Order: sequence, then C-alpha cells, then structure tokens
Amino acid sequence: MNTNVDWLQRSLAIGPELLLMLGGLVVLLVDMWLADDDHPLLPGLTGLFMVGALIWSFVPFIPGMGITPGTIYGMFALDNLTIFFRVFVLTSSLLVLALTTVYIKGRTEQTGEFYSLLLFITLSVILASAANNLIMIYLAFEFLSLTSYIMVGWLRDDVRSNEAAMKYLLYGAISSAVMLYGMSLLYGATGSTNIAEIAAVFANPRTEIVGIFNLGITAAVLMMVGFGFKVALVPFHQWSPDAYEGAPTPVTTFLSVGPKAAGFAIMIRVLTGALGAQTESWQAMLSAVAILTMVVGNLTALAQTDMKRLLAYSSIAQAGYILMGLVANNPADNFGIRAVLVYLLAYLFTNIGLFVSVIGFEQATGSTTIDDYRGLIRRSPFHAMAMVIFFLSLLGIPPTAGFLGKFLVFGAVINAELYFLAVVGMLTSVISAYYYLNVVRVMFFQGDEEDRPLRFAFPLQAVLVITLVGTLLMNLYPTPFLNLIGEPTNLVTQLFGQLPF
Amino acid sequence: METFIPSPQGIPWLSIVCVIAPLVSAIVTLFIPSGNDNAVKMWANVASFAIFLGTIFIWLFAGYDPNNPAYQLGEVAEWIPVLNVDYRVAIDGLSLPLVVLTGFLTWISIFYSTRVINYRVKEYFFLFLLLAVGMFGVFIALDYFLFYIFWEIGLVPMYFLIGIWGGARREYAAIKFFLYTLTGSVLMLLAILGIYWGTGSFNLVTLPGLMQNSEVFGANGNFLVKSLAFWAIFIAFAIKVPLFPFHTWLPDAHVEAPTAGSVILAGILLKLGGYGMIRILMPLFPDTFNAYWIPIAVLAVISIVYGALVAMAQWDLKKLIAYTSVNHMGYCMLGIAAAASTLDRGPELMESRAIALNGAVFQFIAHGLITGALFLLVGVIYERAHTRDIKQFGGLGAVLPIFYGFMAITTFASLGLPGLAGFVSEFMVFRGAFGVGLQAQPILAILTGIALLGIVFTAALFLWKVIQGLFLGTLNEKWANLPDMHAWEMISVVPLVVLFIFFGLYPAPILNLINQGVVKILGMMS
Repeated sequence: MNTNVDWLQRSLAIGPELLLMLGGLVVLLVDMWLADDDHPLLPGLTGLFMVGALIWSFVPFIPGMGITPGTIYGMFALDNLTIFFRVFVLTSSLLVLALTTVYIKGRTEQTGEFYSLLLFITLSVILASAANNLIMIYLAFEFLSLTSYIMVGWLRDDVRSNEAAMKYLLYGAISSAVMLYGMSLLYGATGSTNIAEIAAVFANPRTEIVGIFNLGITAAVLMMVGFGFKVALVPFHQWSPDAYEGAPTPVTTFLSVGPKAAGFAIMIRVLTGALGAQTESWQAMLSAVAILTMVVGNLTALAQTDMKRLLAYSSIAQAGYILMGLVANNPADNFGIRAVLVYLLAYLFTNIGLFVSVIGFEQATGSTTIDDYRGLIRRSPFHAMAMVIFFLSLLGIPPTAGFLGKFLVFGAVINAELYFLAVVGMLTSVISAYYYLNVVRVMFFQGDEEDRPLRFAFPLQAVLVITLVGTLLMNLYPTPFLNLIGEPTNLVTQLFGQLPF
Repeated sequence: METFIPSPQGIPWLSIVCVIAPLVSAIVTLFIPSGNDNAVKMWANVASFAIFLGTIFIWLFAGYDPNNPAYQLGEVAEWIPVLNVDYRVAIDGLSLPLVVLTGFLTWISIFYSTRVINYRVKEYFFLFLLLAVGMFGVFIALDYFLFYIFWEIGLVPMYFLIGIWGGARREYAAIKFFLYTLTGSVLMLLAILGIYWGTGSFNLVTLPGLMQNSEVFGANGNFLVKSLAFWAIFIAFAIKVPLFPFHTWLPDAHVEAPTAGSVILAGILLKLGGYGMIRILMPLFPDTFNAYWIPIAVLAVISIVYGALVAMAQWDLKKLIAYTSVNHMGYCMLGIAAAASTLDRGPELMESRAIALNGAVFQFIAHGLITGALFLLVGVIYERAHTRDIKQFGGLGAVLPIFYGFMAITTFASLGLPGLAGFVSEFMVFRGAFGVGLQAQPILAILTGIALLGIVFTAALFLWKVIQGLFLGTLNEKWANLPDMHAWEMISVVPLVVLFIFFGLYPAPILNLINQGVVKILGMMS
C-alpha cells in the first residue's frame, strides 16, 4: 500500500480539525505581528478558518463522498455522530464569534488570544465528541475544560469574572479527578481503554460471574460526575449559575451550548458504547438524575431576577430534558439518541438567539436584570418578539424548534413506557412556563413610558435573524435538519469498525 | 365510499382562507408604519371581513357537498416523512359550521374593537388575526400533529390579549389561562405520542380504524394504557370546555379579557375543547369513552347546576356571564356523554344518541352567537359606566331603551326561550339524553332530570340579576345621562341577534350539515 496516499486520506478525513488547529496558531502569530489589538483581521481570520472547517464538514454529505464509518487508530471515531457535532459546534462557534466582535471592544486588550482560544475550544469540543478511547476522552475533556476556565476568567479586572473562573476550575478539577478514577476502574476491569474493546469484554456473559460486570456500573457512576459537571446536571450544577453570570456573555453563550454538546456526545459514546451491557443500570441512574435536574433546575429558576442566572438555571433544566432522550434510548433504532441530537440542535438556535438578545440589551443598557427589560416591546419590537419566540421554543410550544425537540424526546420516553418520567418532564415544563413568561410579562405588559429605542450592532442583528429563522424553520420544515442526523443504522451502530486505510 | 375527497381542481381553498389569509393579514399588519392606527384598523377590518366571506365561499361555492358525510375540500402534503407527519386538512359537517362561526366572530370582534381599542393598536390586531389562524387550524386539521400545533398557536395570542388589554388583574388572569391550558396540552401531547407508537400514524382519517386494530388500543387492548391516554386527552379538552372542576381559569380570563377577547374566548376557544372531544376522543376511544360515560355525565351535570348557581351569586355582570358559559357548555358535555353512553345497540337508540350529539354541536353555534352578543352588550354598558357591578344599576330600561331591548332578547336566548337558538340546542340535548336514558341507561335519565334544574336556575338568574337588576327598579341618578347604543355598536350586535333568532326558528340548514358529521362520528364508534 502506498503510504503517501494513506497519509493524505487520513488527513482529509480529519481536515476540519487540522484546519481549526492551524487557525488557532495562525491567529496567535498574526496577533503578535499586529500592533492594533482591535484589528479586524483577527476575527476575520478566525471566521475564515471556521467557515473553511464548516464547509469541509459538509463534504461527507456530497453524494459519492460519504465516509465509511470507522475509527482512526481506534482513537478518533469517524461516524455520523462526529459529523453532526462538527457541524453543530462550528455553527455555534461562528455565531459566538459574531457576538464576540461586538462584545469584546473596550472590555479587554487581549483580543487576539481570545479568538485563538475560540478556535481551540471549538476543536476541543469536536475532539471530545469524536473520542473513541478513554485516554482520548480524558484528554479532550481536559483540553475543553482548560480553555473554558481561561475564557470564563477573561475579564481580568472584573471580580465576578475571576470568581466565576475560580469556581469553575475548582469544581472542574475535582470532577475530572473522580471521572478519571472511574476510567481507571474500567481499564482495570477490562484491560483496555478502547470503547469497542471494553464493550466486547462486558458483552461476554462470563464477566458477570467474575464480578467485573458490576465494576462497570461503579465506573459509570464515577464517570457521571465528570459528564454531569460538563453538562451541568443536578447535583453537579452549582458552578454553572456563577460561571454563567460572571463570564463574558459570549463565553456564557458558548458554554451553554458547546461543552453541553460535548458532554452528551461523550455520554452517548461511553454509555451506549462501552457500557452497552449495563444499559439497564445506567438508565435507571440517569433517570433519577434527569428527574432531579428538571425539578431542581426549574424550581430554582423561578426565583431568579438576573437574566443570565435565569438562563443558567433554564439551561440546567433543559439538560434534564435532553438527558431523558438518553435514558429512553432503545439500541435497536437509537430513536432516543436521535431525539437528543435534534433537541441539541434546537437548543443551539434558541439559546444563542436568546443570548444575542441579552448581549444586545447589555451593550445598550449595561444591565442584565430582568426588571430592566420593562417595556422592551416599545423600545425594540423586533427584538422583544424574537425573544418571545425563543422562550416559546425553550418551553416547547410550536411552531418552534424546541417543540420538535421535546416532541421527539418525549416520544422516546413514551416508547420506552417510562410514564412517570414523562409526566414529571411535562409538569416541570409547565412550571418553566411561569418563569419564561415572567420575562415576557415584564417585556410586554409593563412599562408604558416611552423609552428611547435600542439599536443593535449589525453582527447582533444578523445572528438574531439567523437563529430566529433556524428556530422557526426546524419545526416548519424539519427534513434538512433531520437529514443532518442521518439514518439510525449509520449513527453509532457501526462505530467500532476500523477505517479501510 | 370515499371518506376523504380532495379539493376540486386541487385548489387549496381551506389553506388559502383559513391559514394563509389570516397569517398574511397578520404579518402585513406588522409592516404598516407605526402611527397609522387608522390604517391598521382599516386593514384588519377589510382582511377579517374578506376572510369571513371566504368561509362563506367555502360553505356554498367551493364545491362542498352538504349531503355527503365525507371529509371534503381535502389537502394533503408530505411534511415530516420520518415521523409520518402530513399536512392534512379538510372539513366535514362537524367542522364547517364552526369554521364559518370562527370567521364570523373574528370579523365581529375586530369590527367592535375598532372603536374600543386605542392603545397599542398594531399589536392588538396582529394578535387577533394570528389567533384566527390557530382557531381555524384546529377545526380543519386532520393530522393529530398538525392539530396540536394549531391548538398551541391559539394559546399564545390570547395570553397577550388578556395580559395587555385586560382589566386590573390582567397579568394574573393571563398566566393562569396559559398555565391551565398548557397543562392540558402537555398531557395530550404524551397521549398523542402514545397513539403514535401504538399505530404509527397521526392521520385522523385513518386513526379510528388503526386504533381498533392496534394491539394496545384495540378492543382487547390494555385497558390501563387506554384509560391513561383517554384521560390525558380528556383533561386537555375538559380544561378548554371548561368542565367542572377544570373551569376555574375561565371566570378570571373572561372578566379580565377585553370585550372582543371575551367574545372569541366564549364563542370559539371553548368550542375547541368540545370539538376535540367529538372529533378525536369519540372515534379514537369509543369503548373507553363508553366505559367512563357516567363520571363524565356527572361532571357535566355538576357543571350545569353548579355553573348556574355560582352565576346566580355574582354581582359582576361579566363574571355572571362567564359562569353561565360553564353552565351552557355543560349541556354540550351532557349531550356528548349521552352519545357515548351506549355503543351501537340498534337504530332506535342511534336516533336519540344522534339527537343528543347534534344538540351538543348546535349548542356550540348557539352559545357562540348568544354569549358573543352578551359579552358585546356587557362591553357596551362598561364603556359607558366603567363599572359592571349590578348593584349600582337599576332602572336603566327608561334611559337605554335600545340597549334594554338587545339585552332582553339576548338573555332570553341564553336562558333557552323557545323560538331562539339556545332553546333548540338545549331541547335536543335533553331529548336525546332522555331518549337514551329511558331506553337503555336509567342513570342518564336521572342525571338529565337533575340537569333540568340548570334551566330553571339560568332563567332565574337572567330575569332576576340581569333584567331586574339592570333595567327595572329605581334609577341610580349617576346614570341618568348615559347615551344609548351607538350605530356601530348595534352593527356589531345585530348580526348575532338576527342569526340566533333565525336559527331558533329555522335551524335546519345548520342541523342538516351537523347531522352528516355526527352520524359519521357515531358510525365510527360502533
């Protein structure tokens, strides 16, 4: 076999990742050359690399260019899941980049490093969602965590930003240590760090006699600490409201989408992959976590007066709904996992849209307090109406993306006959109506005094329109979005074969 | 026989008139530059009147055959193939009168609002037209997924209408309305999903048959699962109807809503619940409905008697009428329960069941017209006196003779005076329920007997509270100079009055239409 071709093929397969890494380094270098920190070349280059990677990610969708699912050296899985998360994360990073260009001006001087970090964090999320080996998972996980810590604490002179980063770091360090312990148990039990090999050992009925089988359950519990931390599931969520509130708002935006997606991707791979044999055990555990997350997240959100904290608790609660899809997944058709992916995509548009509105408001008024949104419908009607649609989407009211996500997730739950879980999920989502609509109430029902109108910078307007269109289109014409997720058989079932080269 | 007949020449009349027209009109409203309130009002009036004419067109000229029970003017388009969801709309005898009623009341409400609403005009008419999309959609949708989407779309504009243009406690009433309805909807959503997994379909045309053949939901299926799904959907509809004990949102919403909002709420939104019971619950869960007919009939009778009694205790005119809605919708539920109380046991029973169900559907129309007029008339007096407290009125008959005349005939219609539309529907419900009761279900006969008390109580409360309290007795000097009804107020009320008198004397055109749909539904149940 010709080794040169071999090398080329492999590089092409992980092109988007290579491009992102290159981009991160280039932006850093260019930043050193430029005297002006606000130079438009920096975000321009960053965007260029992201767009390049995004276009590259779509290559497998061209007829005839589809990939054969497999892994690279058993480390990096190349399947529909990876492709989906590539598109997912790159889309969100591009939107966040647009927000950053507006937000960062005048707040900090180190802009070049920030753009470079944005590229690296994007890369880390893709790596985490494609990782097919415990070592790789851990490395990608830490890569993601470290970049997140730095970005949360980016506003050096802001006390809250520093506090947020410190809390995030402490929680993160402990939870990844616990997770690592769980991974070591898995390795001890099975003698492998490769997900497919671990699964093969557990699938062997003899392991139960030896008692190794239960070690897998213990490992699942320990690893859930790490996964739960990334996704902000109760009871590993305490960091998130502080981090959300203190972090620069574009970083909050990314945190609410990117690391969550990475966490779910890893959960999908480890739990349904490596621990497929213990499905019953971890599904029972996750079911309890999901209920706890939905109840605590929604009830705590009721008391919030700050918009960013409200969205933090809302995003905790949302993670509970997404988790239900995993709980109810049926390995035969992976309907639950597909529902998780649709929900994540819906959440991407909705949540980024909401955060754009929050950033725009913060830029104009300097406030993130809910009461200050009084009479927003008078000051910026389009903005207020868009926010209503985003809230309805989080609430799961059609015709919005969130409805489709909830519909599919609850569909999986009903199909698995988990009626109690379904009813808890539905009732907590009625509770969530109260606090989402509370903001709507403040925006629409209060404040008659004519305030001066709010103006949004162009990038914010653009992102708002994109996310709004995405939110509505996903329900009105969902087929292209569902195609992105692909056929169930291609999703993760063929995960474990080697690539042909 | 064909059960689903596509629209002739493939022209999507229903989509054009019921979905696209109101949606586009609403969006156009948004683009009228701010400050042009009169242009917005003019546009909303023209658009809603055109939509109303459109519904008349659908009824008479679009090729709808009133003697054919099939779903007609049908449109089908693939929507989400992965989930087997289609865009499927059509009308039959059950939905057509309600579609026309929706067009009619929307127009009347918008016309009335033109003079009354002068605050945030653009938003108001935008929301009103958007609301029409949701209401029309529910009546024409024949795909459960689509039905649910329209069902929820109707919820949001009403929330804003109450919350922005409502009375003193509007914010409370708005969120209460929203949370109650949402609770019902999410329960229904779970049941929809259950039905989907049991049958693989959302198609309401074929679902009745698929349900009978499905393992879980069929006649020999799992009764527990069937019951859970049935009650989940039932509660969603019962909240909307509203049936005791799910009615507590209604007085708040009605009292706080602006006049036109109350008209739509009473005239159309409450009917969505009853319509859902007949369109979805009866054909999909015939044996389950049959198994639970007694508790449902009991709830209906409680709604009737309790609604009337609570109405009698009110001194707020609007709240009084709100509670009579609980009473009147109770008759609908009694008719529905009577129709479900026996599965097909021969033609002599079939006749009584059909009469009861026809009465229930006719009550939708009659109550929509009568209560719509009542709320408009309450609006008329409130605009003048800025109070609705009955104790403060009295002797108004001499001051406002025209208003007195309108109010008198409308309250007579509401209490079921023969010759007016309310009588026809209530008589049919009682005739049908007694018929079924005497022939097969003695309990039903007893319950119907108790329900007759409701008629007595409503008569008492309308004569005592409304007629005597407002118009007879000594005049409060404060109101000596109130102007009588303006021409435009009469224009809003007269069409309603004319129609409920006309249908009281000659209900045949509507009843023939309804009967086609009702017989079809009962056929699906057996």
